[in-house]
Amino acid sequence: MPRYLLARLFAALWVSLGVVTLVFSLIHWVPGDPVEVMMGEAGSGADREAMRHALGLDRPLGQQWLHFVGGLFQGDLGHSLYNQMPVSALLLPRLVATAELAAAALAVALLLALPLGLLAAARRASVWDTLGSGFSLLGVSIPNFWLGPLLVLVFSLGLGWFPVSGRDGWASLVLPALTLGTALAAILARMIRGSLLEVMGEDFIRTAKAKGLSPWRIWVGHGLRNAGLPVLTVLGMQLGALLGGAVVTESVFSWPGLGTLLIEAIQRRDYPVVQGTVLLISLSYVLINLLTDLLSARIDPRIRLEAS
Amino acid sequence: MRTPFAAGLLLALWVTMALLAPHLPLHPERIALASILGGPEVGAWLGYDDLGRPVLDRLLVGARTSCWVAAGVVGVSLVAGTLLGSLGAYLGGCWDRALVMLLDVFMAFPGILLAIALAGLLGPGIGNLVIALSLVGWVGFARLARAQVLSVKQREHVQAAVALGSPRPYILRRHLLPLIAAPLVVEATFAMAAVIVAEAGLSFLGLGVQPPTASWGSMIRDGVRYLLVAPHLVLAPGVALFLVVLSINLLGDRLRDRLDVRGARA
Repeated sequence: MPRYLLARLFAALWVSLGVVTLVFSLIHWVPGDPVEVMMGEAGSGADREAMRHALGLDRPLGQQWLHFVGGLFQGDLGHSLYNQMPVSALLLPRLVATAELAAAALAVALLLALPLGLLAAARRASVWDTLGSGFSLLGVSIPNFWLGPLLVLVFSLGLGWFPVSGRDGWASLVLPALTLGTALAAILARMIRGSLLEVMGEDFIRTAKAKGLSPWRIWVGHGLRNAGLPVLTVLGMQLGALLGGAVVTESVFSWPGLGTLLIEAIQRRDYPVVQGTVLLISLSYVLINLLTDLLSARIDPRIRLEAS
Repeated sequence: MRTPFAAGLLLALWVTMALLAPHLPLHPERIALASILGGPEVGAWLGYDDLGRPVLDRLLVGARTSCWVAAGVVGVSLVAGTLLGSLGAYLGGCWDRALVMLLDVFMAFPGILLAIALAGLLGPGIGNLVIALSLVGWVGFARLARAQVLSVKQREHVQAAVALGSPRPYILRRHLLPLIAAPLVVEATFAMAAVIVAEAGLSFLGLGVQPPTASWGSMIRDGVRYLLVAPHLVLAPGVALFLVVLSINLLGDRLRDRLDVRGARA
């Protein structure tokens, strides 16, 4: 295990460094002179130079990079050009809101996908199976920025059950979580069904049946438990899509998370905040993937043996 | 099942609209002040939007936007990704290691996030949208092409070509690419669906196609404000988007089964 752990940690660090570098380079993607774009027509030549200096853009590229990475190690992501606040202070409360939304969406996805996938596999080629595969196809095809307004139309404006937008108590969390979780639920349900059907053909299932175990014990205790591993791997990767989708979903519901912050920052040309937000979301994803891999290796010794 | 047929028909209609929209008597920017937010009527079968423009006309022009953006992005990503991926796998050594590192870094950005950041920084407009989405899109193709080439490059007919002294570009084109084409085609199909959603998503966020050009995403964005009084503004482009994406996914599933491709996206 230590060897696999070290190798995986090292790879994650390496990727993080690449992510940092790419995010660092983002400001140079702005066509023309970023300072010009930020200040527009306003500002004298001296103002421009001051801004250029504040952003460190007057230094050689290598130095800029070192400064950026060095700042990261001290938790310093620069200052917002819009309200001069430290970027890290802006990010923290937003991170909490996004984590809350993502966790709720994940819960929704699992609550929908587990019973659907299990039923579809257990009652193969039945109504449940058709229903499950129909849900999967619809779920991956429906864009969240359309599903969101549809849910609002029915459950907020029509039935008045949940608020239209904002973050105020658990009721306000329901629709955003449903919007964000549906696509993941669709993919997971399909994965769970497929993985289960594969596992149910194994010898140990026949043994379990021969022992006269209850169907519940066979399907959940033996089937689902063994089918879970490939599902966990897919889940880890799909959490990326979930985080990316959160940016869009937050905009639909004015959820005060990292996604709305990112869009606001883009509109204000507040580049340090754009960089900070993208960096925080991506590095969280790198961390999540690392944890999923380590968890899989912990559950299944074959993985860590194969890797080392 | 007649479903694939219906899906094909819908997609044919979508592509036809993309090609013919400029030649049809459509008036996506004509304003009828008296009909602002008005419901369906003869001549404007899907009603009017918040500026009094006919929704159906804008929907059809939006089909053109989504189709061209999707074709452009998938075309660029497919060519660039396949080239880089297969080259990396074929040349091996430090080239391959550099490629894998680059792929790992790009894949560390969750979902649509990098495209949002790039489109936001490059500035709005269709051209920048295509650039941003292509910069993100090539990664999937490169990964797939690399894996495929790695698995076929040890085959005997390739070894034979190497032994005969065939030039490398010839081997790549003649002996490797045809073998890896099927999974790439399946991947391209699903990528179409993903790019259509991404284009609409970025336009929904205000980072993509700019007014007055019609895009399904920006139509949804503009319509959300009038959800209660004029839900057709959100329903019409949403249904169109959903049906096109659904049809592509349906046909992609069929294609994957038909070409017997495994592993290319769950």
